[in-house]
Amino acid sequence: MRSAREALTASRRAPLLSALGIVTIAFSLFAFGLFGLVAINIRKALDEVEERVEVRAFLSDSADIEAVAAAMKDIGDFPEVLRIDYVSKEKALERARKEMGEFADVFEAGVLPASIEVHLRPGMRSPSSVRSVADRMKTYSFIDDVRYGEEWVEKLYRLRNIATVAGIALGVAFAAVAIIIIGATIRMTVLARAKEISIMRLVGATDMFIRLPFLIDGLVKGVLGGLLALVFVWVANRVVNEYFMQTIFFDRQLIFLGVVGGAVMGVLGSLFSVGRHLRRI
Amino acid sequence: MIRLTDVAKEYPRSGVALAQISFEVKKGEFVYLTGPSGSGKTTILRLLYMDDKPSQGEVWINGVSSKNATGREISRLRRRLGIVFQDFRLLEDRSAEANVRFALEVTGAPKATIRAKVTRVLTQVGLASKATSFPRELSGGEQQRVAIARALINDPFVLIADEPTGNLDERATRSVFQLLRDINSSGTAVIMATHDLDLVRRSNYRTIELNHGRVVFDSSESPASERPIEEPWEVRETPPDSTEQI
Repeated sequence: MRSAREALTASRRAPLLSALGIVTIAFSLFAFGLFGLVAINIRKALDEVEERVEVRAFLSDSADIEAVAAAMKDIGDFPEVLRIDYVSKEKALERARKEMGEFADVFEAGVLPASIEVHLRPGMRSPSSVRSVADRMKTYSFIDDVRYGEEWVEKLYRLRNIATVAGIALGVAFAAVAIIIIGATIRMTVLARAKEISIMRLVGATDMFIRLPFLIDGLVKGVLGGLLALVFVWVANRVVNEYFMQTIFFDRQLIFLGVVGGAVMGVLGSLFSVGRHLRRI
Repeated sequence: MIRLTDVAKEYPRSGVALAQISFEVKKGEFVYLTGPSGSGKTTILRLLYMDDKPSQGEVWINGVSSKNATGREISRLRRRLGIVFQDFRLLEDRSAEANVRFALEVTGAPKATIRAKVTRVLTQVGLASKATSFPRELSGGEQQRVAIARALINDPFVLIADEPTGNLDERATRSVFQLLRDINSSGTAVIMATHDLDLVRRSNYRTIELNHGRVVFDSSESPASERPIEEPWEVRETPPDSTEQI
């Protein structure tokens, strides 16, 4: 209670410094937020592409329809499998004609084989799991051939890995910069009150007692800076949506995480700045 | 109550600040710590309020040893000490009363106690009428009285004063000194670092004189006639402790 009051009084004594602190934190978190927005949109685009990963098994003409139905049930029970569809000869023809447009006539009835299409669950679309599903499907005698665009799946997977690693590295870098800036901002507050801190120590205030108002100050600034950054990012997202392209915004969970992240950075920045100051004097 | 045993202090850059310091201060005693600038007076005081630790030996004060004191113990110890500096160290943006109150607030004392005590100590130092004045509105002597009031608020068993009259004119010096004597006569020990020889000569208190970081004279051990006080003090070129800030 006292620490909260103390933090508030301190902000009131130096309103400009406090406002400057909040805006600085907001801008560093804004950069972090923009990066986050780009990252989730790239991820979404990759997810959409990945959804198209499917394994297609072509059936021989002599395939017994009951055996196929039984096999489809088996395959549908594979842990990797999301959905399994049967594409009859007629449907294959219809689809091919639709895709070929003006060359629709080149296909004659009965040319295209029937097939089953297997869609995999998210997270089970890596080259190795796609290959493993394909291999298991090949064991059925009435399946002539299994295709899944091996090269394409591998490229996609590699792209996704690169995006993930780059995302994490950049995210860590942006977060580090944000923490450093927040630390420096709070350090200004600490230095502005250095004399007060030294007198507090002389009259027997414990380190925790000295630290607590600064931690609360950091927490409040982190939350306010986080909220302000959120508004900035939201405006930026609106502008992009309006004039450039469709993008998605953070969902509620991510917004909550972002504000909590701001608070944590505020507290960490304070802890670091005050700790360093207390060790030095 | 206070005991220094074979204390030495070395700083990595400026070298030896104190060597072989041993003395005791008894309850209610008044002790002058004298010597030229850089002789180690401030360093000894800092060791007493545990702002620094000795490189060797032990400082023992009110049951707390420099060898194993924890941060919490040091905080508790300082609540039983009063510390006064040459430069007063008041917070400029607060009134005299708020400066004094501050020292009690940080110990978490209840409000009613704080109000009563603040009024009492401000009256004791003769500043009851200036409670609402800010430091810049007060004279040097008055500011030092506020600082002393702040030091007294926790009923210290010892008042540690580092050149408390160093920034004051003759008259203010006399009145601050009288205040310290009054405080001492009510049972609080006083350890006062000073290089004001007149002040030291005029009173009959115990004097510990330092030079080059060593005790060269302690009036409790030698007769007053052996006091080497007439000798001119040799000033060190680079005082090892004068640059240390707390």
